[in-house]
Amino acid sequence: MSEPILSIRGLTKTYANGPRALDNVDLDIRAGEIFALLGPNGAGKTTLIGAVCGLVRPTGGTITAFGHDLARDWRAARARIGLVPQELATDMFETVWRAVSYSQGLFGKPRNPARIEEILRSLSLWDKKDAQIRALSGGMKRRVLIAKALAHEPELLFLDEPTAGVDVELRKDMWEQIAALKQRGVTIILTTHYIEEAEEMADRVGIIQRGRIRMVDEKRAMMERLGTTEAVIELAAPLAAVPEALAGFGAVLSEGGTRLTYRGGNGQGRGRAEVAQLAQALTRAGIGFTSLDIHDSSLEDIFVGLLGQEQEAA
Amino acid sequence: MHFSPRSALAIYQREMARAFRTAFQSILSPVLTTSLYFVVFGSVIGARMEPVGGVPYGAFIIPGLLMLTLLGETTSNASFGIYMPRFTGTIYELLSAPVGVAETLAGFVGAAATKGLILAAIILGTARLFVDYEIAHPLLAAVYIMLVAASFALFGFILGIWADSFEKLGIIPMLILTPLTFLGGTFYSVRDLPAPWDAIALANPIAFLVSGLRYSFYGVADVPIAVSLWLTLGFLGVCTIIIAVIFRTGWRLRE
Repeated sequence: MSEPILSIRGLTKTYANGPRALDNVDLDIRAGEIFALLGPNGAGKTTLIGAVCGLVRPTGGTITAFGHDLARDWRAARARIGLVPQELATDMFETVWRAVSYSQGLFGKPRNPARIEEILRSLSLWDKKDAQIRALSGGMKRRVLIAKALAHEPELLFLDEPTAGVDVELRKDMWEQIAALKQRGVTIILTTHYIEEAEEMADRVGIIQRGRIRMVDEKRAMMERLGTTEAVIELAAPLAAVPEALAGFGAVLSEGGTRLTYRGGNGQGRGRAEVAQLAQALTRAGIGFTSLDIHDSSLEDIFVGLLGQEQEAA
Repeated sequence: MHFSPRSALAIYQREMARAFRTAFQSILSPVLTTSLYFVVFGSVIGARMEPVGGVPYGAFIIPGLLMLTLLGETTSNASFGIYMPRFTGTIYELLSAPVGVAETLAGFVGAAATKGLILAAIILGTARLFVDYEIAHPLLAAVYIMLVAASFALFGFILGIWADSFEKLGIIPMLILTPLTFLGGTFYSVRDLPAPWDAIALANPIAFLVSGLRYSFYGVADVPIAVSLWLTLGFLGVCTIIIAVIFRTGWRLRE
């Protein structure tokens, strides 16, 4: 594997009024990937981003981006990092064009109207370039923030809750935008508490809770490892016990012997295959059933399950 | 030390654009205020006053009035310039940019100094409509005005970082700057005060600023011009050091 584009070691942040927002976080981000940082509200997602982008002063640990130690070579590193914050924070009286043009200059880039035009067109903001930002809708305002973050052509882009408060249609649109950025070679770290979003977009997923990274893995590997298939079979007549012929499937009876439930598999199709075999075995054994309901666990189920374990342990 | 001129220029241009966007407030209000002062103190009352130190009263009060508006406007302008981004959250961009204290100050303070010069030109132009005057040392006056504008822009910058409410933002200019400027010889020469008030008045640093500007206008002053200049430079230096420390520690900027 090539050098990570961003490397975080032992990152800790304790706020003055007590809470430990980040607790000894280690994280490596690979060039060109989309990394989704998942976690409930207050888990430390925004603090983590803030620490890398210079909004938060870490209490301990090191952050290295593009081989630059952020504590010393912050200028060199920050010039290549972009941030789209969670809050819609912009000067509302500025025009879109001026706002983006300012960002370009602030990050030390020469004036490049062609580049700004390209960014605005790609975000469908070109028509609005002379509009004051306050006149735009929420979704458009967020695009302006993205345009501002792209004005200095960052290689690493942080998106803090990019689709928070955005309607379904715009959300899909945003996902397309993010996918297009990845195509252009931008490494993307996004935080979200819409698990669906991570499932849709991410190459890798990190789960953070109470300032600690609980798990980091390829999305697919995580689903394979933790994913399950659940099948609920309603039987035509109640059974007293699971027949011998079905013993190998680990299915259990409930609802007075009228419901047979299977749980197993790996989130990658093995469960579904086993359910098909189970159905055939039922037929062979002459056991009738009235319905068969299959459900693959999503990243959401995995996430909720993981957080639930933690809650019980705490 | 690293310095990015493009970043500083971007901040400077943005601050200037902000001023022009609110031109009504930032240009018309000082014109109106100054006109009112001249109508009342310059023309009506001034006509019955003795000249001060050989300068007709109407002309005598110009540097003081200029200083009064300059200090107030520059301080509040600079403090708003940094307070509002903190308040609305837009400061994230400045903090995440490859920009240090030098670019930030060059941009914000440079813009404030420019605005100070424009403001001074407007006030002097307005004053011209009411009274006749000539400036003895125009170059010195321009340099001095810029110096004072830069110092109080820095001061306002500190104020805007310190304040955590709009009330605190307004309290320093209103409760400290304006009274001190009034008591600092805006409308009189502190040397005309009876003892011991003449000595007490010189404990007010703003008396030195007014005196310095008055010297550049008419060649007369309550204190030597060198003292006024050094005091201004000293204030500039102290404010710069405070801001450098703020940036180093991240106080009220970075969590």
